[in-house]
Amino acid sequence: MISFERISKRYGEGHDALREVSFKIEKDELVFLTGHSGAGKSTILRLIMLMERPTRGEVVVNGRPLRKIGPRAIPHYRRDIGVVFQNHQLLFDRTVFDNVALPLIICGYDHREVGRRVRAALDKVGLLSRERAMPIALSGGQQQRVGIARAIVAKPTILLADEPTGNLDPALSAEIMHLFEAFNQVGVTVLIASHDLALISRLHHRIITLKQGKLIAGGAH
Amino acid sequence: MGRGGASQSRTRLRDRYNSWLRHHRLSAADSLHRVLEHPWSSMLTWMVIGIALALPVGLNVALDNAQTISTSWDSPAQISVFLEADVTSLTARKLTLELATRDDIAKTVFHSREDALAEFSTLTGFSDVLASLDQNPLPHLIIVSPHADGAQNTAALLQEELQARPEVAQAVLDMEWLARLNSLMELSRRIILAVGGLLVMGVVLILGNTIRLAIENRRDEIVIVKLIGGSDAFVRRPFLYTGLWFGVGGGGISAFLVGLSLWFLERPVNNLALLYQSDFTIHGLGIMGGLNLIVLGGLLGLSGAALAVSRHLSSIQPR
Repeated sequence: MISFERISKRYGEGHDALREVSFKIEKDELVFLTGHSGAGKSTILRLIMLMERPTRGEVVVNGRPLRKIGPRAIPHYRRDIGVVFQNHQLLFDRTVFDNVALPLIICGYDHREVGRRVRAALDKVGLLSRERAMPIALSGGQQQRVGIARAIVAKPTILLADEPTGNLDPALSAEIMHLFEAFNQVGVTVLIASHDLALISRLHHRIITLKQGKLIAGGAH
Repeated sequence: MGRGGASQSRTRLRDRYNSWLRHHRLSAADSLHRVLEHPWSSMLTWMVIGIALALPVGLNVALDNAQTISTSWDSPAQISVFLEADVTSLTARKLTLELATRDDIAKTVFHSREDALAEFSTLTGFSDVLASLDQNPLPHLIIVSPHADGAQNTAALLQEELQARPEVAQAVLDMEWLARLNSLMELSRRIILAVGGLLVMGVVLILGNTIRLAIENRRDEIVIVKLIGGSDAFVRRPFLYTGLWFGVGGGGISAFLVGLSLWFLERPVNNLALLYQSDFTIHGLGIMGGLNLIVLGGLLGLSGAALAVSRHLSSIQPR
């Protein structure tokens, strides 16, 4: 599903964010990505999102080598990937419903289909009753769940999450992780970057560990 | 199988068309909503555009009106034929009648030197001085109006011909004022065109700047939309519509302003026309003119937005 083949990423200033990183994530897998900040977790997510291009090596997602995807094809490629951001990245001038509907609007669904799918997604994250609320009126955990609903509403095959529990207390964090497990069980490939080792080690999934841009554990399947 | 594939791709094409149309409707409605959400600042933008467009358009309407007046003068050229001092009144009258029979002359009017002297003394009040002169210094005058359909150079030929006659001291073609008026009009039109061009450029830049600010305000949103797969066209669309709405509103305001100033001028112009015994009435923009102005505003809005979008949107990338 996602394969990194000896990927290196060097930024302009000569800083090596990733050095010869290789791993494979199969379809239906849920994998954690961990390491200290600056270890290269975000760079891996950004490479998958095509926000960056690797300096060396080849990333293959859904059987497509990413270097063959030109700038004009990027939007279409991203529609098949759901992303959950650490700081939610919600639009604060729109309702919960409109936030979740955004990916469907981008894909051009008609409004009945949009309504049906948005409500299904909000139901899954337990926020169906808040669809008319503005994000600012929600708690941090609820905002994160809106972000998750938006990431899965267009039924992506891959779900990426960057520190999705960054600002949440342990109980809420566990709840969010269980939500990801639920999506994984219905066939979505999930990759979660998190430094909350205590939490993720309890969950019994593969953990890829990075240190200073090098993969030190969890690369082998 | 092949048929199924073809009809499937056709439905997909129709789906894509429908979703494209849907997003256009959505962007148009959403950006109109945003424009109306801040009525005061939008009104200011509309007024700036409206005034900038109303200025050249209003001047142009005024010039069009002036042109209808100047072309309504049916005999643009007149030749004043001053006769030699020794030509008697009788010869002068004969000449007047003779000239009037010519095909290329519409009308002749004889002004005798005695009439001219009387008129001059009553107008100037120099009657004592004039009475003390032992002879009348003024010549007989025949005003010759060539046929109006004659071109400018036939009038000039006629003038030369009259000048050559022995009785004639001087034949003056009173055409220069018309030539002056025409070149003055031409000059005014060019000035208006230049000023209009500058103001139109200003409008595009003002709109471009307004859209640039709108883009800055929604930077986070643009980043998010790009991250979840919004294409450049998708991101661009609402801003182009914003430009369109600002432009259309500005065009409407300018049509209103031009109409208002014409209404303001109508009464004094009609009074003036009455005093000159003319049936001249002021011509406004008309409904088509107003609509054209709105369309023009819309086009300027779109180009301003396109300018801003092409310069600023591509620089916003997810980091």
